[in-house]
Amino acid sequence: MTTDIGTWIAALLTLCILSFLYKDNPFYKFAEHLFVGVSAAYWACYYIYNILIPNLYNPLFVQGQLLYIIPLALGIMMIMKLFPQPAWMSRFPLAFIVGTYAGYNFITYLQTYAIDQVRATLVRFVALESWQEFFARPGAVTFLSAIALPVVVVGVITGLVYFFFSREHKGIFGGLAKTGVWFLMIAFGASFGYTVMARISLLIGRVYFLLHNWLHII
Amino acid sequence: MFNMLLLLLLLAIGVNSTTYIESLNLTLVLQTSTFPETPQMLHGTAPPAPPTDITGQDRPNDAGGRTVVSWTKSADDGQGKNSVQEYVVFRSTNIDGEFTEIGTARKGVQEFVDISTTDGVEYYYMIKAFDGESFSEPVLSGAITSSAQWFHVGRVNMLVAVLILSFLILWFIQRAKKGEELYIRPIAGLEAVDDAVGRATEMGRPIMYIPGIMDMDNIQTIAGVIILSRVARKAAEYECPILVPTCKSIVMSAAQETVKEAYLDAGRPDSYDADKIRYLTDDQFGYAAGVDGMMMREKPGAVFFMGCFYAESLILAETGHSVGAIQIAGTAQPSQLPFFVTACDYTLIGEELFAASAYLSKQPLLLGSLKGQDWGKGLLIIILIIGIILVSFGFQQVVGWLTVG
Repeated sequence: MTTDIGTWIAALLTLCILSFLYKDNPFYKFAEHLFVGVSAAYWACYYIYNILIPNLYNPLFVQGQLLYIIPLALGIMMIMKLFPQPAWMSRFPLAFIVGTYAGYNFITYLQTYAIDQVRATLVRFVALESWQEFFARPGAVTFLSAIALPVVVVGVITGLVYFFFSREHKGIFGGLAKTGVWFLMIAFGASFGYTVMARISLLIGRVYFLLHNWLHII
Repeated sequence: MFNMLLLLLLLAIGVNSTTYIESLNLTLVLQTSTFPETPQMLHGTAPPAPPTDITGQDRPNDAGGRTVVSWTKSADDGQGKNSVQEYVVFRSTNIDGEFTEIGTARKGVQEFVDISTTDGVEYYYMIKAFDGESFSEPVLSGAITSSAQWFHVGRVNMLVAVLILSFLILWFIQRAKKGEELYIRPIAGLEAVDDAVGRATEMGRPIMYIPGIMDMDNIQTIAGVIILSRVARKAAEYECPILVPTCKSIVMSAAQETVKEAYLDAGRPDSYDADKIRYLTDDQFGYAAGVDGMMMREKPGAVFFMGCFYAESLILAETGHSVGAIQIAGTAQPSQLPFFVTACDYTLIGEELFAASAYLSKQPLLLGSLKGQDWGKGLLIIILIIGIILVSFGFQQVVGWLTVG
């Protein structure tokens, strides 16, 4: 068992958090409040020293760049929320943030989630060499390789059809949408399994910390 | 001066002066960035052939401050003696002045981007091939000037896409404003919003609304706050308390404004309690721990997860499930959707989250926008089908048309 005080604190707090698996209890409450409080304070300091000072204080008050008066004014207007009388002023910086980022993301999202995705899906529907490979060496791997491109194309198109909101999902349209949902659910299933395995590795890491770093059992 | 004294001393004590002069020469070449007029033969080997046809130009489609220098490979690069290891690039603002080394390019490379120019200033570039021991003859470029461009010609396709989509959206908004009925298909998760609020009210428990862990610069958070407006209004009508723990201070401000507005609209401004919309911490798992604790103690009857979530999604949804709350989730994070599908009663998948605000409010502005987006998707499907047919028949240029610079 270690004599390092830091490891002891980390181990005991880990056990406090894990005790939530049984039910809510005072140990969990203690660790939770400590975690929330310490992390909130940490991020407050982080923002002051890594955002406010280098991005506002230094350019405005050290380098004298007067353009930075605008973000300073917006920041002060945001703080006005704390006072009932001028609280309405905080709406302006909020509107500025939401409007700016909505406009900015319009271009980013259109490129990343639409144009680039369509371009990546422009593939040959039938890859003859893959089918030749399959007929030469029949098997699951060569078969999956041969049908990969058609599956991608059908999955993308039917998936897009599912996300049509202004038309009722009936008839052929409904059938395509249902196929799209199947593709989505299969993809979610694969993603679920993959991520669960990643979480298991996190659990193993924590148990290893307790048994190795703290107790020195393994 | 020190080198000269050292040389005299070595000569005096009888050291082989040729060896030292060679090493001294190497030292001098590496220490100075001024280019010599003749090829450098450091250890008796012949220098590599120089690159040829050096040209330069302003780097196109940028905000200035960059030039591109190109050349034809040395005759000893990949052929001939095959001795070239790299090309050394020098720069000067005066063709007769001192040239300073600004970078190198690996063998086989025929281009160098200078990212440190001042717009409007004329630069001269000199390239020398280097074989690890000696430099080739230098070759000089003409004067090159960098400048900023107003228009990125590589993004014309994006401009066309934005114009088409914007036109469709504005056109359908106009039609919706003129009173045209725009159909929106039922979305199961949204149909259940009112039921969930009603159920929490009947059980005498509060509602918990979690707008994700990202800030207001994330489009999913914005969508989440818009849906909060509808949920808060319904909660105000039913006089059901609503708890909104947030991970970002600006989201807290936006959520407070939204809920306050909803309570005013519902005619119950006195029921609004700003303390129920609270900031916990910016830390992802600190936030998850805090929300879990709140769930266990407040025991909400309905929990809404609407926004951008990461690894905390299952932790939150499992806890909500364990307290018996009806749960409705919505996110566009593909990696977290499986967890919400598993642990929640209803899940808004991807774009359904963005459609929710239009569906719930039925405002012409949002309905028209949704219809316009649907037409945009229809266009994408047509482009996909035509593009795949063209690519299948070997017409690959279509891929280039959709490549954004």
